Amino acid sequence: MVGFKTLLIKEIMRFWKVSFQTILAPLVSTLLYLVIFAHVLSTHSDIYPGVSYGVFLIPGLMMMAMLQNAFANSSSSLIQSKVTGNLVFILLTPLSELEFYWAYVVAAMIRGMIVGTVVLLTSLFFFKLPFANPLWIILFGCISTVVASTLGIIAGIAAEKFDQMAAWQNFIIVPLTFLSGAFYSISSLSSPWNTISRLNPFLYMIDGFRYGFFSHSDVSPWLSLTIVGGVGLVLLWITLSILKSGWRLRG
Amino acid sequence: MIPAIEIRGAEKRFGHLLALNSIDLTIDQGEFFALLGPNGAGKTTLINLLSGLSRPTAGSLRVMGHDVTLDYKNARKSLGVVPQELVFDPFFSVRETLRIQSGYFGISNNDDWIDEILSNLQLSDKAENNMRTLSGGMKRRVLIAQALVHRPPVIVLDEPTAGVDVELRQTLWQFIKRLNQDGHTILLTTHYLEEAETLCNRIAILKKGNLIRLDTTENLLKESITGSLEEVFVSVMQEKVKS
Repeated sequence: MVGFKTLLIKEIMRFWKVSFQTILAPLVSTLLYLVIFAHVLSTHSDIYPGVSYGVFLIPGLMMMAMLQNAFANSSSSLIQSKVTGNLVFILLTPLSELEFYWAYVVAAMIRGMIVGTVVLLTSLFFFKLPFANPLWIILFGCISTVVASTLGIIAGIAAEKFDQMAAWQNFIIVPLTFLSGAFYSISSLSSPWNTISRLNPFLYMIDGFRYGFFSHSDVSPWLSLTIVGGVGLVLLWITLSILKSGWRLRG
Repeated sequence: MIPAIEIRGAEKRFGHLLALNSIDLTIDQGEFFALLGPNGAGKTTLINLLSGLSRPTAGSLRVMGHDVTLDYKNARKSLGVVPQELVFDPFFSVRETLRIQSGYFGISNNDDWIDEILSNLQLSDKAENNMRTLSGGMKRRVLIAQALVHRPPVIVLDEPTAGVDVELRQTLWQFIKRLNQDGHTILLTTHYLEEAETLCNRIAILKKGNLIRLDTTENLLKESITGSLEEVFVSVMQEKVKS
């Protein structure tokens, strides 16, 4: 347990020491999205009954920031350690695969949660937000950041240089989070985009999370929970298999 | 007594390249042992197999009786490795680095031992400095400190004095000799043959992944006309590897 705790604290210290880049920068960019979209679309009719576009946008932006930052934390930490060679200090130790996995995941979750919470608190200065089902908010916040962190571990292990990591970030994570209904309700999409959007697992994270605020969603929160949980379990299995095999970590 | 290191039929392939060919080697507890060979001979590959940084294609390796694959936790607890590359984590100070490394091995509140290591490696005044600010020689000493935080009975030093000035090299060897006198087993790879000659009681020579010579330093030196290990090494390197 000391080993796990140490790696977890080390990972938290790592992002905290550069909090301008890891907390403040995503906060600013997320709030810019909110200001611009909420202003441009202020005349847009309510998305859900009684829910203006600006208010609708906040949970989606929160979750998008949480997912991107959770992914960025585990993936960037691993690729940096691999490229600079200091991952050896972890690989030489008796830490188990599970300790390794959970330390990276929990640290990434914490970063995602901090960014999400700061976005929320800042938004509350400008918008009145309902918190219809707080437990759903917490549940989707936790499970979704676990999924994104796990994906970050896979990317961090799979990538062998920063260029490949940028490809993960720019060609997978950013498009999937942007096209996940963060800025719109998928019910507003025409066919086939509505159907295609449903293949994106990030959609269920944002939709379920939004349900926690408004008690209203495009998909049943139970279905979203099942899909997100299922994706999480598959990714967990893949990650642990990779860690056990030593692929791209232990030559 | 259980051997400090026991290697049986260790083989490592990278695709078609046979990096290590069925290595058998036993190092007893308390030995100061040198692993010599030219670049690409397989020294670091063998160390990587021992430390779990790489996995053998065939064979078994044990550290203090613990199989490095099946009982990796105890094997790694028994081993302290000083890697060849000057690697460090730029986010942390020297003390943070050593506390973190202790924690990975399940040790908290290790400051007394950390202070002792820092003092022995003449790093006490750099304890609170960020790793980025240290010179190459200091970073090398921190690497040694990291390998020692969990008091491993077996210490592996992969070219620890590469790029280190003469004065610091002497300081390092005095410290490592003292560790050996205290009962630690030392496995050393180096290109400075005089270091192996002076410090080590037994020497293994690798060439193209094969263990081509294993003997006491004394016996190896008897093969030399001038009494230098360098002469023996050059002569051994000119021998053909038996397939």
